[in-house]
Amino acid sequence: MAIVATTSRFSKIAWPTLAWVVALIFFFPIFYMVLTSFKTDADAVKPEFLFSFTPTLENYANMTENYDYWRFATNSVITSVLATLFALAVGVPCAYAMAFNPSRATKDVLMWMLSTKMLPAAAVLYPMTFLTKNVFGVFDTHFLVILVLCLINLPIVIWMLFTYFKDIPKDIIEAGKMDGLTTWGEVKEILIPLAWGGIVSTALLTFIFCWNEAYWTVRLTTIDAATLSKLIEGNRAPEGLFFGRLSAVSTAAVGPIIVLGWFCQKQLVSGLTFGAVK
Amino acid sequence: MGSIVLDKVQKKFGDVEVIPPLDLEINDGEFVVFVGPSGCGKSTLLRMIAGLEDLTAGKVNIDDNDVTEVSPAKRGLSMVFQSYALYPHMTVRKNIAFPMRMAKVPQDVQDAKIEAAAKSLNLADYLDRKPGQLSGGQRQRVAIGRAIVREPSAFLFDEPLSNLDAALRVGMRLEIMELHTKLKTTMIYVTHDQVEAMTMADKIVVLQAGVIEQVGSPLELYHTPRNKFVAGFIGSPKMNLIEGEEASKHDATTIGIRPEHVSVSTTEGMWKGTVGVAEHLGSDTFIHVHNTGLDTGEGDLFTVRISGDIAVSHGDTVYLTPQMDQLHKFDAQGLRIA
Repeated sequence: MAIVATTSRFSKIAWPTLAWVVALIFFFPIFYMVLTSFKTDADAVKPEFLFSFTPTLENYANMTENYDYWRFATNSVITSVLATLFALAVGVPCAYAMAFNPSRATKDVLMWMLSTKMLPAAAVLYPMTFLTKNVFGVFDTHFLVILVLCLINLPIVIWMLFTYFKDIPKDIIEAGKMDGLTTWGEVKEILIPLAWGGIVSTALLTFIFCWNEAYWTVRLTTIDAATLSKLIEGNRAPEGLFFGRLSAVSTAAVGPIIVLGWFCQKQLVSGLTFGAVK
Repeated sequence: MGSIVLDKVQKKFGDVEVIPPLDLEINDGEFVVFVGPSGCGKSTLLRMIAGLEDLTAGKVNIDDNDVTEVSPAKRGLSMVFQSYALYPHMTVRKNIAFPMRMAKVPQDVQDAKIEAAAKSLNLADYLDRKPGQLSGGQRQRVAIGRAIVREPSAFLFDEPLSNLDAALRVGMRLEIMELHTKLKTTMIYVTHDQVEAMTMADKIVVLQAGVIEQVGSPLELYHTPRNKFVAGFIGSPKMNLIEGEEASKHDATTIGIRPEHVSVSTTEGMWKGTVGVAEHLGSDTFIHVHNTGLDTGEGDLFTVRISGDIAVSHGDTVYLTPQMDQLHKFDAQGLRIA
């Protein structure tokens, strides 16, 4: 910031311009997707109808009539909410333990947790499919989707909570100990109220990650537990190039999360920067 | 009641022994100050009494009960932290009420105690504010209020005044002393500031590297320090410790003379030197004298404290004469020679 502020007028104009250009480039696909969702499948592929076309709601009508959008949406809400809650239920005590009673292994454990995110998902695709389908019989169940979403997000949840909890002075927790708090009391009376902002950021981000997750939700479900990711995936190819329809489904899938993100911008920024910006 | 007995308590962090086995008795109603340089283990010792730090070995007894394995809250002690450690999300009233709420004290009793504490600590107007809206001194009062309402058998203070500015520190020091006079409860107070130790304590425990160097009343420590460390640590400005030839004359390895026990003359005296810096405080004058030819281990520097003002400045030649009856003698091990 300081560098920008003290340099020439050129950079005063150049940097914002660059920021806008980058922002527009990033935003364009979303804009294009929303636009296409109001075109018929035939118009969608014709370049001459890029901006001038007769808008139609046909795709949206089709989506609720033929594809049962609401069932996929309900599944997305159920699995994302429950996975987020479970991840927090495990993550809060875990991060608490590591932030306030660290051992020599704490740093290594944290690194190990993060390292699990480096595992290519495709590497375990076969065992996951085989085990869930043939051994445990939990393929295409809410339970499985919630479990998987919860587990793949836990490292991030714990890391985020850990950074927030570390900002709380240890003295306050110790004062609580002197005043008669139990371990659960420390979490309930001190930790959660003080780290509330951080916990909310973590929850929001986890919810968004769960909602957007596609690799496992597409591969471990068929119908019963299928989420919106699966619905988009299902509209992709088999019946040909239905860009209008695909765009409508995609818009309806990302819509809720964009609205959520818009209202919680501040919390999300602090979450993504791991509390570095406040 | 609040007598505390430490029985061979020991603390190790990994392989590092912070506190070698140590014994200490604190009587009911005493104001005991743990004093020592940073990292001497005084805070660790306090935290071991509080139960916030596990013991590697030994026992902590409070009122003849072994509390070594008892949780902090059940030891009946209150602690005031250097950082105040108030609950930032609660109002002053809720902060003070917190330990009582935990102990399930009836609401009307809680209210009465809060009122009484707030009145005696001048916090009545601030009960509905959050700690963030208070000054440092007020925050520390809230912390003390939170400690009082529990009616502990002993108060533990961990450098409670270190975060306050100098003027406030003196005021709060008096308030804590008055509190002790009023409550007559045992207080253990940790500080690195020997002035606080001297002014507040009934009994001072001087620590260095986890070892008790001396236990005694402030004046005992001042007049008869058991060894060179205590001699140098207690008193301000520091005692002048002289080695070599001058010490041999008194059959000692080291002799010590406090700055206030030396007289200064511009014409005659026992030792001759040149004034380096003269600090004129009005009531006192501190003169730092160089080139005395005395082996003080600090480049011959010798400090003198004269009551009132004396007209000397940098570069002046002065003569120093110690009061021989105030001379402290130490042997090769640094221990006092009677």
